[in-house]
Amino acid sequence: MSPDLIQLAYLVSAVLFVLGIKSLAHPRRAARGNRLGAIGMAVAVFATLLDRQILSYPVIAAGLVVGAVFGTVLALRVQMTGMPQLVALFNGFGGAASLLVGAATLIVSSDTSPNSVDAQLLTASIATVIIGSITVTGSAVAVGKLSEWLNLGRHSPAITTVNMVLATATIASVVGLVFDPTQHLWLIMMVGATALLGIGLVLPIGGADMPVVIALLNSLSGLAAAGAGFSLDNPLLIIAGSLVGASGLILTQIMCTAMNRTLLGVLFTAVTAGEGADPNDVYEGRVTSTSADEVAMLLDGTQRVAFIPGYGMAVAQAQHAVRDLARQLEARGTEVVFAIHPVAGRMPGHMNVLLAEAEVPYEQLLDMNQANPTFRQTDVVVIIGANDVVNPAARDDPNSPIAGMPILDADQAQTVIVIKRSLSPGFAGIPNPLFAADNTLMLFADGQNALVEINRALSEV
Amino acid sequence: MTLVVAITLFVLAVFLGVELISKVPATLHTPLMSGANAISGITLVGAISTAGTDHSTLTNALAFVAVVTATTNVVGGFLVTHRMLDMFSSRKRQTK
Repeated sequence: MSPDLIQLAYLVSAVLFVLGIKSLAHPRRAARGNRLGAIGMAVAVFATLLDRQILSYPVIAAGLVVGAVFGTVLALRVQMTGMPQLVALFNGFGGAASLLVGAATLIVSSDTSPNSVDAQLLTASIATVIIGSITVTGSAVAVGKLSEWLNLGRHSPAITTVNMVLATATIASVVGLVFDPTQHLWLIMMVGATALLGIGLVLPIGGADMPVVIALLNSLSGLAAAGAGFSLDNPLLIIAGSLVGASGLILTQIMCTAMNRTLLGVLFTAVTAGEGADPNDVYEGRVTSTSADEVAMLLDGTQRVAFIPGYGMAVAQAQHAVRDLARQLEARGTEVVFAIHPVAGRMPGHMNVLLAEAEVPYEQLLDMNQANPTFRQTDVVVIIGANDVVNPAARDDPNSPIAGMPILDADQAQTVIVIKRSLSPGFAGIPNPLFAADNTLMLFADGQNALVEINRALSEV
Repeated sequence: MTLVVAITLFVLAVFLGVELISKVPATLHTPLMSGANAISGITLVGAISTAGTDHSTLTNALAFVAVVTATTNVVGGFLVTHRMLDMFSSRKRQTK
């Protein structure tokens, strides 16, 4: 295939990506959008394979087969509750590929013309390697944190110092590479330092801030691909990479706004935990607990019920149980909605995916702005494993550590039922006055068991 | 392609990306992210051309791993997005 034909194929592919992403924004067209993206990718890959500059196919063919099998297995085996980990893992794979392409391009160029490595290629390869490497290890740490087997790390002066040292080492290796691009030791040092930096940056970030981290890593994997495009002089990589980079940045921004935090705040400072009111003052003698039978009685004959899911619902795998309860309520003539906070769960849209898996109709899922004006007309709110996102202190107490964070105004409903294992604080580490409110009943139980019990009790009412 | 042209493409594509994503409803944030993630696997094209140069054992090894990881990203990303979106649309058929 001639270079011009390949470039034209790349244009087709870029257009398909744009149309694909555009369609992903609409519920009805999203599946088609994803197919358009996949077709665009196939066009790009075939055009590249037909490039006359490709001298050897065995390595490529082997890589394609292994990767396709691996990707298919991962994608088909994942549980919907494991989706945040998988997205983080794929981000890491994308970052790894860009890192390797950047490094290999630099090595090829410095081998073939040791005395005159192109400045654009050098700059772009260095940027690609740095971004790619941070994405790889940052994603690996995120996967560990999301699957809950990596539960250490807090923001501390020590880790900040380590990160500063690593950043300095990165800068030193960049300077070394600029002066002598043929010296592979600098490249190895750069990969090593940035890989450790990726760990050091993500390790101290807490679980509830993971939606921001995943969105940011998503953006970085796109930017790394764009960087590889600059070093290979490939327009399609630049276009597709920066599209993804921009989309990740916007999601990052949306997540930060939903927590009333800045990106720098999420990355470098801890939530000032425990500076709110004393839990004993808030809860002492004011918490009313309830039983599944009592909740069923309350739900019987209601006009409108709103469920508020949080990360606890994902942990308890309670999405099917809540769907069953919602269906029974609907069958009894109750209007049912789900109010979803933007940062509920561990990645953007996490709750929506779980409820979609349980076949909850799209129309019943309300975002924060749609849900908040309706709570005053809601008879019963059922909160399943959510805490900070319904804490009225964020709205009412200017001294609260989470003051100003937009919340779901669940406290405005007639009756609030909170299904939760204990009164333990959420991620912000502060007590929740909602649990002690006069119109709140606490159902201390595992989310799934509690919902099954309520559902059974309701069918007997 | 000159550097200026490359930068032009980059800047325009960022603006396009911002325009495309800004109005996505929160419900679709996860499939959007995993779909976009699959597209970022476009670096596969770079991996293929690097592997195709057959320069040295070292670069071949690097490029091989790059092709594997990028293909995993692409195939897995599109497939899992498809699975998710399938759930969203099968629901719609039932409610109608």
